[in-house]
Amino acid sequence: MLEIRNLRVTVDGKPILKGIDLDINAGELHAIMGPNGSGKSTLAYVLAGREGYEVTEGTVRYKGRDLLAMSTEERAGEGLFLAFQYPVEIPGVSSTNFLKTALNAVRKYRGESELDAMQFLKLVRQKTKALGITDEMLKRAVNVGFSGGEKKRNEVLQMAVLEPTLAVLDETDSGLDIDALRIVADGVNALRSPARAMLVITHYQRLLSHIVPDRVHVLAHGRIARSGGKELALELEAKGYAEFVEAA
Amino acid sequence: MTSEPNISERFVAHYEAQKAALPGAGIGWLGALRGTALEGFAAKGLPTPKSEEWKYTSLAPLARLALVPAAAVKNGLSAASLPWLLPAKTHGHRLVFVNGRLRPDLSAPGRLPEGVALTSLASALAEEPELLAGRLCSLGALAEQPMLALNTALMADGFVLRLAREAALERPLELLFVALPGAEPVAYHPRGLIIAEAGSRATILEQHVGRGQGPYLANVASEILIEEGAALRHYKLMAEGDQAFHIAIAHVRVAARGRYESFVLADGGRLARNEIRVRLDGPGAACALDGAYMGRARQHIDNTTFMDHARPQTTSTELYKGVLDGYARGVFQGRILVRPDAQKTDGRQTSRTLLLSEGAEIDTKPQLEIYADDVKCSHGAVAGELDEEALFYIRSRGIPEEMGRHMLIAAFLGEVVEQIASEPVREAFQGIVAAALARKAGGARE
Repeated sequence: MLEIRNLRVTVDGKPILKGIDLDINAGELHAIMGPNGSGKSTLAYVLAGREGYEVTEGTVRYKGRDLLAMSTEERAGEGLFLAFQYPVEIPGVSSTNFLKTALNAVRKYRGESELDAMQFLKLVRQKTKALGITDEMLKRAVNVGFSGGEKKRNEVLQMAVLEPTLAVLDETDSGLDIDALRIVADGVNALRSPARAMLVITHYQRLLSHIVPDRVHVLAHGRIARSGGKELALELEAKGYAEFVEAA
Repeated sequence: MTSEPNISERFVAHYEAQKAALPGAGIGWLGALRGTALEGFAAKGLPTPKSEEWKYTSLAPLARLALVPAAAVKNGLSAASLPWLLPAKTHGHRLVFVNGRLRPDLSAPGRLPEGVALTSLASALAEEPELLAGRLCSLGALAEQPMLALNTALMADGFVLRLAREAALERPLELLFVALPGAEPVAYHPRGLIIAEAGSRATILEQHVGRGQGPYLANVASEILIEEGAALRHYKLMAEGDQAFHIAIAHVRVAARGRYESFVLADGGRLARNEIRVRLDGPGAACALDGAYMGRARQHIDNTTFMDHARPQTTSTELYKGVLDGYARGVFQGRILVRPDAQKTDGRQTSRTLLLSEGAEIDTKPQLEIYADDVKCSHGAVAGELDEEALFYIRSRGIPEEMGRHMLIAAFLGEVVEQIASEPVREAFQGIVAAALARKAGGARE
């Protein structure tokens, strides 16, 4: 589903990613772990197509197509979803309106019919309950006045509604207490399916006891320093990132 | 050697040519008032950026026009060609002015409730001039405001609305000013007077629209007296023609426990300036001045306010939000004065502008002058670009870039338009904003 080859990225002329190779197949969930500043969020943003990140070398193929040639909205239409580490506040745009506009834009891109207000509401109601998202939250402006936990739950709600084929979750666990973490993890787990691939970016192992990965990669200094099974996360938890930080 | 007359000389000539025919020509006090006003204007001439209150708005392009006085237009429009802005179920009262003069054939004043009197200025001067004596020009300072002086000298028509004690105008009054520019650029100077006696209330929707092409000047002045406990909602749409100059000044005095709410939507004209000067003149007097503007191409939009907290326990809020594209220029000048005995005053003022292009500019000048010690006053002026981070977030959810930009701009203006208390006016203004943004989005695709 996702093939990254020798991906090199600079920000303001400074190399951040220095040759990433990564394959994720449909149905798999991979975790990327690493110390702060290792390039984890850069990888997430590059996949989503954020400006300011210059790809100097390498390729990213998604469902066999050149991902880097697509606009951000095309990537979303093609089924890529990025759950933001810091979800952005959009004053004046209600969460409901935002979600409906996004869903219909994606449906239109995919050649599906747009949903009317009733159909949309029915769909959203099915998804909000498990995530503990109230109607009142949906009426508020996107992420405005949301607590950290509400913002992350809202990201998972958007993901559930947009039904991506490749979900990238950037530090979705940051700022969550243990109860909120469980709600978010359950929401993510509910979306795991043989047709869907996921890339979970995290600093800490604790998320991975709730969302169990198929593969774990350690990103350090812009490179994947080590890959392994889920036990690698436990090893990192015990030993920390010192060996990777010093190795560079 | 002869030369073209300058603009001030032109206006003096307009006065000399017209004075015998202006309404109320035989009335002594009015003749004296017009004469003083003309002298005041002639002494100062057209305002220039040298004057502090016109620092960012130059009338030089207006001064180059060979303006002629607008003559009465007796025909050429039908009521059906002038759609009401509000939905039919709220229709009640409408006056239509063409080039500044009332057109009774196009108007539909409807049945006015008891205690409400509505006439044209020309009729009021013809029928009960004593009513206007001491009230016309009771608020503005002719010597300091050249455009008000010019309006006073040359006012040919306008409206007078009187609300008796406790009278209530339930349905909005629409005042529709239509410009019909001709072969030569015309100038007209409509004048409004509103007297809201104690405990009365009304909603007014004032619209200025242009029909046809060509430059013209609409030099509008109004005086609004809000007596004890009266409440007036005053909504204004400036949608003049592309080459039009719209210069307006409103003087408002609010007595104890009275309330004045104003919302100005600017969407049109080459140059549109709206100045509101409010004196909060008794305990409990309150005022809200809000506005939204959308500037494009080389439009110039100026909102200037003066909030005079003259008495204790008076409150005011101001929120102006604008979106400027192309080479449009915005101006916001907001002065708040708290006089020495105006304790327990609460005055808040905010100006926010979104600049969509490199060529767009905004000049803001907030001024707080506080001479009392127990007051709450604040001002804030922010100008910025579209939030690129928010736009990326929106696009990452599959929403196309142009739609995302549209969404952010609509949300930005929506915040202030939502504050309009009258539901039909709010919905109408929301529709105008949405249509303007859609036109812009359409233009971007072409």
